[in-house]
Amino acid sequence: MSALPRADELGIVGCHVCRQVSQASDDPHARCPRCGAGLHRRKRDSLARTWALLIAALLLYLPANIFPIMRTQSLFTRDDNTILSGVVELWRAGSPDLAIIVFTASIVVPVLKFLVMGYLLISVQRSSEWGARQRAKLFRLVEVVGYWSMLDVFVVALLSALVHFKVLSRVEPLPGVIFFGLVVVLTMLSAMSFDPRLIWDNRDSDD
Amino acid sequence: METAQDLIVCEHCDTVYRREVLTRGQVACCVKCGAVLERHQWIGLDGQFALILAALIVFVIANATPIVSLGLSGMSSATTLWGAVIAMWNDDSQVVSVLTVMTLFFFPLSQILIFGWVLWFARDGRRAPGFARAMVALHYVKPWSMIEVFMLGVLVAVVKASTYFDVIPGAGIWSFAVLTVLITIFASHDPRELWNVTRETPA
Repeated sequence: MSALPRADELGIVGCHVCRQVSQASDDPHARCPRCGAGLHRRKRDSLARTWALLIAALLLYLPANIFPIMRTQSLFTRDDNTILSGVVELWRAGSPDLAIIVFTASIVVPVLKFLVMGYLLISVQRSSEWGARQRAKLFRLVEVVGYWSMLDVFVVALLSALVHFKVLSRVEPLPGVIFFGLVVVLTMLSAMSFDPRLIWDNRDSDD
Repeated sequence: METAQDLIVCEHCDTVYRREVLTRGQVACCVKCGAVLERHQWIGLDGQFALILAALIVFVIANATPIVSLGLSGMSSATTLWGAVIAMWNDDSQVVSVLTVMTLFFFPLSQILIFGWVLWFARDGRRAPGFARAMVALHYVKPWSMIEVFMLGVLVAVVKASTYFDVIPGAGIWSFAVLTVLITIFASHDPRELWNVTRETPA
């Protein structure tokens, strides 16, 4: 046993909704005596759920990037943009700073989420001992930055509503944006299903 | 043996600590995994209630006023948040329309109303009717409220549009900016602290 006691070893459990500490029981339907939320030693079927949601998100991520997300139409031109080409256009239009922000939110963050969540799942399944503290940090990073990917979805929604000049100029959403929105929701759900305490379970050392 | 009140369990690695009283600016971190255990709550309950009230007023303005308007050779076009929602619905992107309504209207509004409700009673040290349910709801709604992301989205949209159009900012854009600031202030405040500062009112 390590110097710092873990709730699991003491036979107590912290409520993940209100933080009340109470006696752990084997009853799968145990409820927090204070707020009534379900009590679990560890999140139920955490690995299976996280995997399922992550794979679903990964499948939708393909159409989200292949299909264009937005159509810009003017008198003589019609321009369909994917997520990536939207970033390139923003860069060319003279806003490299914003292009970097959009690139980060729409491309770096989702890819980072897939890589980090996949790595965390595999390392937990193999009861890896390596760098638990770093892995815990990675998970918190994913949790914090995850919802910023919604950025592009909101941009398309706003431009579609704003650019409404009949035949002169018109912006329309295209199916890619639907897939992308769903990817963001699924990756968020995936991260929420993951139980970071698993990183620290089944370990001998305590670094 | 300490009572359960004195213990705090790290949500990220399950390590158990005895609760310490924090002073201004102090943050308690888990020594094992580095996650934040607790922050000092530097705004009192009255202050938090005032901020929530302000947020509610600004939220109404943000929803009711145009965010930006575009001008193109004499024509102009403005949109509110709801304009964007309706545009997505009519352009066969109902999924996006629903996502937008939920993350920018429904969840933020329920957050403001529920938090305001429990704070109103907590100011006298009481637990509001339905307190437990309200606190659970607050916990689940929190990650899905995306006002700050929308604010950045507005800026990106404005820059993209300004290449072809004249952009005139409306009251909505300022309201969303103020909301973003208010959300940032609240980010350091854990509503779960209300469990410790309120008592069940005798029926």
